[in-house]
Amino acid sequence: MIPLRHKLTRGSFTLDVDVEIPDTGITGVFGESGSGKTTLLRCIAGLEQMDGIPAHKRNVGYVFQDPALFPHLTVRGNIEYGARRATTHRVDSAPVVGMLGIGDLLDRKPGSLSGGEAQRVAIAAALLRSPDIVLMDEPLASLDRRRKDELLPYFDRLHDELAVPVIYVSHDIDEICRLCDHLILLEDGGVAADGDLFDVVARVDVPMLSGQNAGVVLWATPIDHEEGLTRFDFGDGEIWAPGEFEVGRHPMRLRVAASDVSIVRERPSQTTIQNVIRATIEAVHPVDAATALVRLETGHQNLLSQVTNRSIRRLGLEVGDRVFAQVKSVTVRH
Amino acid sequence: MVAVSVLQPMWLSIQLATFTTVILILIGTPIAWWLSQTGTRWKPAVQAVVAMPIVLPPTVLGFYLLILLGPDGAIGSWWVQLTGSALTFSFTGLVIASCVYSLPFAVQPMQNAFESLPRQYLERAWTLGASRLDAFFSIVVPLSVRGFISGIVLSFAHTLGEFGVVLMVGGNIPGETRVVSIAIYDHVESLNYAAAHRMSLVLIGFAFIVLMAMFVLNRRWGSR
Repeated sequence: MIPLRHKLTRGSFTLDVDVEIPDTGITGVFGESGSGKTTLLRCIAGLEQMDGIPAHKRNVGYVFQDPALFPHLTVRGNIEYGARRATTHRVDSAPVVGMLGIGDLLDRKPGSLSGGEAQRVAIAAALLRSPDIVLMDEPLASLDRRRKDELLPYFDRLHDELAVPVIYVSHDIDEICRLCDHLILLEDGGVAADGDLFDVVARVDVPMLSGQNAGVVLWATPIDHEEGLTRFDFGDGEIWAPGEFEVGRHPMRLRVAASDVSIVRERPSQTTIQNVIRATIEAVHPVDAATALVRLETGHQNLLSQVTNRSIRRLGLEVGDRVFAQVKSVTVRH
Repeated sequence: MVAVSVLQPMWLSIQLATFTTVILILIGTPIAWWLSQTGTRWKPAVQAVVAMPIVLPPTVLGFYLLILLGPDGAIGSWWVQLTGSALTFSFTGLVIASCVYSLPFAVQPMQNAFESLPRQYLERAWTLGASRLDAFFSIVVPLSVRGFISGIVLSFAHTLGEFGVVLMVGGNIPGETRVVSIAIYDHVESLNYAAAHRMSLVLIGFAFIVLMAMFVLNRRWGSR
């Protein structure tokens, strides 16, 4: 584990973080704008306090929201900038260049690159500095939907192939659910919750993860496909999701939003909903006057359901009840 | 003899402008960088001091420099102790006076160039392992070439055309302080218009060529 201990006051805002993150994999930092996500990264990188260890001696790779490549250098010059200044050991550039697909861009000037290409080059530059930790500050936020979809597979590869730990800041919970393994929730400069991504998103008592942001991530393996859908085995049963995914692949992440899960007492006989899963109510937590979050346990994994307090009362739902979860839609992530 | 009387002031002017420009780039760059980065409330005051030679009559500037650099002045007396010779009415004194006089013409274009540089470039350079000095030379300098060209050309040309300050501090000693603008004044006073024309036309041509070269260079660097 790597300790993250940072305290900083700027006017009326105070950042106060004291957590530990795993030394492998991607740690997501999620929070609204103004919650201190970027400030946290800047503290880690040494860009905020002007005392202490200067930024150039901290051995971090920083990927900014805006790639800001050096315009007077070629792509090659840009990615070698950090490599030439690496103090510990030099990373071989060929695999990084290959992984990010920038081999054909090396002799171009940054001005001629698209936003997604420029960001890939910026990531390569940060990795070739051979950092102890990589910090990514909303690297997809400045891109449009199409460019984002174009870039996400490269992040999947980073997730699978990168040995150094990454801290990934985003205000998009879907992005985090796709890429991250560990999660820190930031609120007004403080840590609202942190831990394993699958555990944290399944919590019902974190106000930040309610409404649009509520939902779980399931591990599931594709079994077969039929009529444009893929059948997944998620350990506690089967679940259908749109799209045709390679059968027998390593497990994939399925994102199930709480607003897409409803609860019924009896297994419905005639329904348009494909996925009806046997579950036990594990926790009920009121979100506001009208709605509540219910955590369902399906065996080894969890589902969240967003329901009205009225329905809970009408059905008399209580912790420990055996029910069925109707899952209306599932998004496959990675 | 005629050739020497034309060439000597020219050569002296070029030497003066060259020395002044080199010194101004060396001391003006850190001043411009500091001004572009500082958040201190003293910044407007420092900027005003640097810019003052633009608005002050050269005679006023020259007058106080004469007092400061003279054998009884703060700097002049120290110099006499150090070297045994006076600063006033010497080439060295002229270089010092010119540096003060042309300082804003070196600092302002460089400061503008530094200020227009996105801060993100610097922060990226630091996180990629570059120290402050390293980042300055590997990122700031190449991206501020236009500012440096403008600073060099303007301080060189401005020093070349300097008259009032030179007259006050340097006087009119052939081969030591008799620069081309003084020589032209001298020729006009003695009604030697032919000689005045020769020197003036050379200066006009020079000013045109230098300024055009600057604009061409700026366009080349700007369109990269």
